Amino acid sequence: MSTYLVKRLTYMIIILFAASLLIFCLYAFTPGDFISGNMKLSPERKEELRQIYGLNKPVLERYAIWMKNAFHGDFGYSLAQQKPILQLFNEYIWNSFLLAIVSTFFTWLISVIIGVIAAYKQYSWFDSLIMVVIFAAMSIPSFFIGLLLIKGFAVDLKWLPPGGMTTTGSNATGFAYMKEVIQHMTLPVVVMTLLSLGSLTRYFRSNMIDVIKQDYIRTARAKGLKERKVLFTHALRNALLPAITLVGFELPALFGGSLIIEKIFNWPGIGQLYMSSFSSRDYPLLMGFTMFIAILTVIGTLLSDLLYKLADPRVKL
Amino acid sequence: MSAMSGNLASGGAKAPFKANAVKSSLWRQSIKRLMRNKLAVSGFVIVIFMILLCFIGPLFSPYSGNHNNLAMMNKAPSAKHWLGTDQLGRDVLTRVMLAGRISLTVGFASMVLSVFIGSLLGAVAGYYRGVVDQIIMRIADLLLTIPSLPLLFIAGAMLSAWKVPTDYRMYIVMIMLSFVGWPGLARLVRGEMLSLREREYMQATIVLGLRDRRKLFHHLLPNITPLLIVIATLNIGGSILMESVLSFFGLGVIQPTPTWGNMIDSANNLIDFQERPWLWIPPGLCIFITVIAINIFGDGLRDVLDPKNKR
Amino acid sequence: MANHLLDIEHLSTYFYTEEGTVKAVDDVSLQVRKGETVCIVGESGCGKSITAMSVMGLIQGPNGKVVGGKIDLDGTDLLQLDKNERRVIRGKEIGMIFQEPMSSLNPVLTIGQQIMEPLIEHLRMSKKEARKRAIELIEQVGISRAEQIADSYPHELSGGMLQRIMIAIAISCQPKLLIADEPTTALDVTIQAQILDILRNFREETVMSILLITHDLGVVAEMADYVIVMYSGKVVEEGEVTELFANPKHPYTQGLLRAKPILNQRQDELYSIPGQVPNPLELTESCYFHDRCEHCMEICKVRRPELRELGTEQKVACWLYEKEAALHV
Repeated sequence: MSTYLVKRLTYMIIILFAASLLIFCLYAFTPGDFISGNMKLSPERKEELRQIYGLNKPVLERYAIWMKNAFHGDFGYSLAQQKPILQLFNEYIWNSFLLAIVSTFFTWLISVIIGVIAAYKQYSWFDSLIMVVIFAAMSIPSFFIGLLLIKGFAVDLKWLPPGGMTTTGSNATGFAYMKEVIQHMTLPVVVMTLLSLGSLTRYFRSNMIDVIKQDYIRTARAKGLKERKVLFTHALRNALLPAITLVGFELPALFGGSLIIEKIFNWPGIGQLYMSSFSSRDYPLLMGFTMFIAILTVIGTLLSDLLYKLADPRVKL
Repeated sequence: MSAMSGNLASGGAKAPFKANAVKSSLWRQSIKRLMRNKLAVSGFVIVIFMILLCFIGPLFSPYSGNHNNLAMMNKAPSAKHWLGTDQLGRDVLTRVMLAGRISLTVGFASMVLSVFIGSLLGAVAGYYRGVVDQIIMRIADLLLTIPSLPLLFIAGAMLSAWKVPTDYRMYIVMIMLSFVGWPGLARLVRGEMLSLREREYMQATIVLGLRDRRKLFHHLLPNITPLLIVIATLNIGGSILMESVLSFFGLGVIQPTPTWGNMIDSANNLIDFQERPWLWIPPGLCIFITVIAINIFGDGLRDVLDPKNKR
Repeated sequence: MANHLLDIEHLSTYFYTEEGTVKAVDDVSLQVRKGETVCIVGESGCGKSITAMSVMGLIQGPNGKVVGGKIDLDGTDLLQLDKNERRVIRGKEIGMIFQEPMSSLNPVLTIGQQIMEPLIEHLRMSKKEARKRAIELIEQVGISRAEQIADSYPHELSGGMLQRIMIAIAISCQPKLLIADEPTTALDVTIQAQILDILRNFREETVMSILLITHDLGVVAEMADYVIVMYSGKVVEEGEVTELFANPKHPYTQGLLRAKPILNQRQDELYSIPGQVPNPLELTESCYFHDRCEHCMEICKVRRPELRELGTEQKVACWLYEKEAALHV
């Protein structure tokens, strides 16, 4: 077990290093930086600023500096926002996290229930309906459904606010604040849930269908157990087992998808931060964000594997 | 019953010189079974309809050719303009059709590229193993670790910064999409290759002393083909969606060349969004309908071609 | 008849497929007496397993359906019961073991948990009692270190041990009838013998009837009191075991017996019945075996022979014996 962990961690670190290099070079080679985009500065002033910020050093040297700082917890300084990146992250990430957690919860809850029922009633009208719904959820572009919902619920019906996390100009606290956030959160969460529902439901459904065909389900029935027991104790456990590997992958996927959602709904999360620093070429921030997701992905993968090993008795620890 | 299609994966067991006869009847059987799946057939029909609409439709439209008719700007749908006009007086229906040409082409082409690169690399990695395998797979892992959307955004921004002419942007977007698409495919193909090469009939070819290339092309690839077809079909939907996201953010193909994505983006301002839904709802619906039709068809294909999927 | 535990009359189970209707079990009747071991023999696809599954009530719709007949278990017609009543009988009055022990147990539950389930469900035992009984059962099927085994998982045991566990589960509620569907086919020969031993012991201790399905004539010789030969969904011959082996009547039975290689007898060529089992979707009005039968007559090609009694404890469905059967009416 420990050798496995050590091997995995080493591999993880190597990949992260390679990823960081790739990310850094990518941004470094993109023409234009924060300073050059600023029209108000004269060319000489720009050169001066570049010198001060060390932007005119060769790429590898800048990379080494970046890495060195990173190990000291200094992920750089956002030029546009004039704040350390870590601090910025801290301000925004919890909002994104809130959306991510709530929508993940609903996604999993709904897809397990629907997937299991659809599998059990395979070939019925319910199953066919669910299949169409699944396809629809997987085929709709996220920004489009977001816009549609905003138009429908916020603009036309005026049931829910069209964006933001709180009503502009409000300084509500405590319960009133929570209520406001929940109201604002509804549409984004609905969209995020809808988008992930498709593939997850289909996954559970197909797993469940495979499991129900297994010999041990036949044995369980032959023992005269109640159908409910057969489904939940025997079938569901086996069907859910491989889904554990998905848990790890949900994490990076959620933050990646937030780019689009947060833009549409004007939600103050790191996705929005990324998009705004995009236009202003605030590379330190962009790199930080991309690296963050890369790290999440790698951790997520490791987490999935470990969780699976714990859950499946057939896998040796 | 399904015994015949069950042989698709281990089908190479029949002698090579009979392979052609067996193959064509297997294909015919598969097509017959596919036709029975009404949902898949309707998906296929819808896709064909969209293709015809977008590629042949504009030929019938009196408005093609980007004529700006400012007198007619921002009109709601009417008998003369079935989907209304945009802020430059252009007929929305025609633009949707023209936009479809780009979206569909980019989606299809990037899929072809992804599949080509991915399956080639995956096959080589799985077949030769060793160092080649390690290198290819590490690169794939690396690309999979970096989130694709930010990566594509950066590439899109680079395109704008380098002032790439609009015409070429389409091709670059195709390449970009295939760049992020191939690792997943390579993984799958490599996995198939690894399991196939251990099958008994492959050992038979070793005993027969066949050359590597013959083994690869005549025995292994045909068995991967069904899987590839399914993955490819399902991949097109994903590519079209990705392309629309990119264009929506102004990082893919940009105006005046219309794509479904950037048409929605153009209408993403307060007034157009609220009061002129005919500008952005039709392109969005087109994306949705096309992709869902492709996915349903692809799923039907998978039911028929994947030997592990027995009814 | 009074001492019949299981009386199947005119059972028919059909499967509805895209290509047509498969009459997997076509008008099959058979009886099992109390304490008797009846073997159903036949090639793969002849309907023997489906017969067993029909008795258990495990035929899954929407494609498969028991379309007619009567399954009388100790006075109750199983086909008249509702789903829940059927379920209660399963595992309690009838136990069943299957062919593939390696895949017949749930990989994520312990052995003990799986043995305890029917005990808790049917005998209403508490968890503690059930665990005690489960360990006893494990010992009864000849496995030592029962406590450890109870806490282990299926993938940690061998095929032979798993099949013993399956037997333990099946007999845990002391059923009147044990159905064994090819219990030894997937096991090594030495393990086979052990499994059959266990079955024999239980049979003696508890007056349990066994319906044993197999295609292995060696197993039949070892275990059976009475043999039923099936072909293409129908019973073609049945009889007491020694009589059947000594004087097989139906050409198919004769072929089966001839095909078995005999130790100490060198043969130049192993005999095998020529031809193949007919496609269940293309059955015609004829004796289903006629195209492989060396005694095929004209009538065999156009009419199906009925199962006729040929004396006590002997029945045959073959045109060769029409005259003989007429004498025994």
